[in-house]
Amino acid sequence: MDLDWDEFIVTGEPFILAGQIAILLTTIGIIFVLTYFKKWKWIWNEWITSVDHRKIGIMYIIASVLMMIRAGVDALMMRTQLAAPNMPFLGEAQHYNEIFTTHGTIMIIFVATPFLIGLMNVATPLQIGARDVAFPFLNNLSFWTFFWGAMLFNISFVIGGAPSAGWSAYMPLASNDLSPGPGQNFYLLGLQISGIGTLATGINLVVTIMKMRAKGMRLMRMPMFTWTTLITSLIIIGAFPILTVALGMQTFDRLWDTSFFTLQDGGMPMMWVNLFWLWGHPEVYIVILPAFGIFSEIIATFARKRLFGYTSMVFAIAAISGLSFLVWVHHFFTMGAGPMVNSFFSISTMAIAVPTGVKIFNWLATLHRGRIRFSVPMVWALGFIPNFTIGGVTGVMLAMAAADYQYHNTYFLVSHFHYVLIAGTIFACFAGTIYWWPKMFGLKLNERLGHWVFWIFMIGFNVCFFPQYFLGLDGMPRRIYTYFPEDGWFSLNFISTVGAFMMGLAFVIFVYNIYYSYRYQPRETTGDPWGGRGRTLEWATSSAVPPHYNFAKIPEVKDQDAYWQMKQEGIDPNDIEEYHDIHMPNYTGNPFIMSVFMFVGGFGLVFHWWSIAIIGAIGIFACMIQRSFSRDNGHIVPAEEVREEEAKIREVKANESGQ
Amino acid sequence: MKVDNKIDPKELDDFPGEETPLEYQTETGSYNIFGFWMFLGAEIVLFSTLFGTYFVLIYRTDSSIPPTEVFSMGLVLAMTFTLLTSSFTSGLAIHEMRLGNVKRMMIWIGFTLLLGLGFLGMEIYEFVEYASEGATLATSAYWSSFFLLLGTHGLHVAMGVAWFIIILIQIKMRGLNPVTANKTFIASLYWHFLDVIWIFIFTGVYLLRLVIA
Repeated sequence: MDLDWDEFIVTGEPFILAGQIAILLTTIGIIFVLTYFKKWKWIWNEWITSVDHRKIGIMYIIASVLMMIRAGVDALMMRTQLAAPNMPFLGEAQHYNEIFTTHGTIMIIFVATPFLIGLMNVATPLQIGARDVAFPFLNNLSFWTFFWGAMLFNISFVIGGAPSAGWSAYMPLASNDLSPGPGQNFYLLGLQISGIGTLATGINLVVTIMKMRAKGMRLMRMPMFTWTTLITSLIIIGAFPILTVALGMQTFDRLWDTSFFTLQDGGMPMMWVNLFWLWGHPEVYIVILPAFGIFSEIIATFARKRLFGYTSMVFAIAAISGLSFLVWVHHFFTMGAGPMVNSFFSISTMAIAVPTGVKIFNWLATLHRGRIRFSVPMVWALGFIPNFTIGGVTGVMLAMAAADYQYHNTYFLVSHFHYVLIAGTIFACFAGTIYWWPKMFGLKLNERLGHWVFWIFMIGFNVCFFPQYFLGLDGMPRRIYTYFPEDGWFSLNFISTVGAFMMGLAFVIFVYNIYYSYRYQPRETTGDPWGGRGRTLEWATSSAVPPHYNFAKIPEVKDQDAYWQMKQEGIDPNDIEEYHDIHMPNYTGNPFIMSVFMFVGGFGLVFHWWSIAIIGAIGIFACMIQRSFSRDNGHIVPAEEVREEEAKIREVKANESGQ
Repeated sequence: MKVDNKIDPKELDDFPGEETPLEYQTETGSYNIFGFWMFLGAEIVLFSTLFGTYFVLIYRTDSSIPPTEVFSMGLVLAMTFTLLTSSFTSGLAIHEMRLGNVKRMMIWIGFTLLLGLGFLGMEIYEFVEYASEGATLATSAYWSSFFLLLGTHGLHVAMGVAWFIIILIQIKMRGLNPVTANKTFIASLYWHFLDVIWIFIFTGVYLLRLVIA
């Protein structure tokens, strides 16, 4: 691709200029801080090369929150543009197209998915009584491929130009003819690289859960979040390779003139739509099932009751995961599939409401006669139930193929999926992060600020999206960048924009809460911080100074709520007579370097710069060979060291309770 | 038998007993094998998608040259026998590995490598031949899907060859131990998988042409 220098760097848009300045300042800021405080070595040795599942989980969460800020700013720009008719805010339609494309893509691929994977990384090994995941090296590689894939996607708006064909990238809209320039290539390669990491995580977690459970933890004794992690990982294994192939074919169409999805030479644009949603629909459940798991844990903990209908919950998740692969055509009922096909997919879609309903009733039954404590994670979980149900009911409305001809591509749909994705996934991200925060950082986030965040966000969310149902029924199409006063959509749009800014405000308070809590909250030393209500094994470990091996001695599980049962019987899992050596993996820089080469190779392909692409490929293979020949067998933590570490924790605990 | 002294002896204790095959003797080793089966599951989905694409586009040659005019079944049959035999020899290598005959095992891996390279050579010759007759990746939807499906398989075979070479070097350097045995076993699983995929290609892509023309 021949590009002039001034085409290479995107110019001419004030917001993009602001973005460029922000990127430059942030980069300089990070370099300055790391150099000034002499932290380069620390960040490499302690974080970048880390194979510790909790550190990787934390890095996942930090990266997702940063991506959420970017995609959230996109959302606010869109809502500002739509606040009133004929708004001149964003200038032209192309700019708006780029913003909604990156908003959607980033929120699904680089926020929801990695945020939940981060929480899985933090909590799952602890919940099953394991010391780490099955493949710690691969875990680090997963994170860095996700990170560098996300970076490749993100630099598109300052270098070369952002994709503008929507997050679903329908062909032929995404072809060279209709989406010229490198923007769509950034989308394809950014997603491809981060997809490697997601698939690797799926495999890693399946092996971890199937092989590394503590003694006595049968499958039907696993905590609900572990169950959802397992099934989500299986969906990832079944769905992500489809995306890999689809993205690959579109890349070939754009880079090497193949005709998979073209309009000439026998290509078939509908095949892209089918393949995209064959992955895309299960992806919806990849980001909702772990959320269900988080809410199940939280509701049982704060209602101080065993989760109601545990077995039916497990079967419900399994049923949902199976059905998730059978409904993809409901994303394009209006594209001429015929009544028989539409009926099949209409019915299979509605069938998903059945197991989901089972889950809703189980949560309500768990709450029934529970001793409920309205802590911040719990209010998020309680807020989830009605809001998600609104999203679910409108989902059933959309599932009726005939009626869908009315709602299709209107704000009704936009509102529906924001109701399920925000009230499901994003509420769960907030809830899970706050719930497991003590396990990650050894302190609780401030409760008062947490309640403020919840209420402002919850009200803002409904103010933003509820009017959109009516806008949709009024016929306002999605993805339009402006409208006229005579359309009559002004007032509802304006209300919606107000709600969006309320959510933005809540997010800012949440970030402030992190800072505030770091400064002023007391350290947490008990390990079981939610009023001693912890039920599952993660609360059996210490959380003040989390030792890197999780459990000095792997506990024995006798019940579905293993730690609760131990507390009832007065067993202290940390009361250990004999300590053993613990074998742990070493940190490694290889995955980071390999992912950087993937970024380099991807960047070369985006601009058709073959020499750079080849450098990237050689680098990747060199890293793989290095890994294959490496004789790194980890290290042993001697029993004596384990004893000392545990004694230290015991001392802190004793001091705290003595005061 | 030479045992790698860098292996954590504790790990060996977890899976004791002479009757446990070498490749399963470390905890990591058994995780690797189970994880690789999961990976093969993902590979099945990947190839299913490619096959699905191929079958959707099977009549979409547009105005380009139809496959009936270029397919040479003799060559394809030779490729099939070569790859099937290599799968057999890789199985023999694992058999010798279980018996602890390092030398014979390496010889069989060597045979597998040669057959794999022979297969790749024939496939490259085939592709060049088709291209000279006017069928390339960019010719039409049918040929795009044909070359993507076979190319992906061929790329996997090439990766398998490189992988076996690396493993051979490691066995030469470090002898047969639970780690190298584990790697060999997994590579042979991969090789058998590529063979299975080829059987689907042979029937679904080539033989089917004889029937539906």
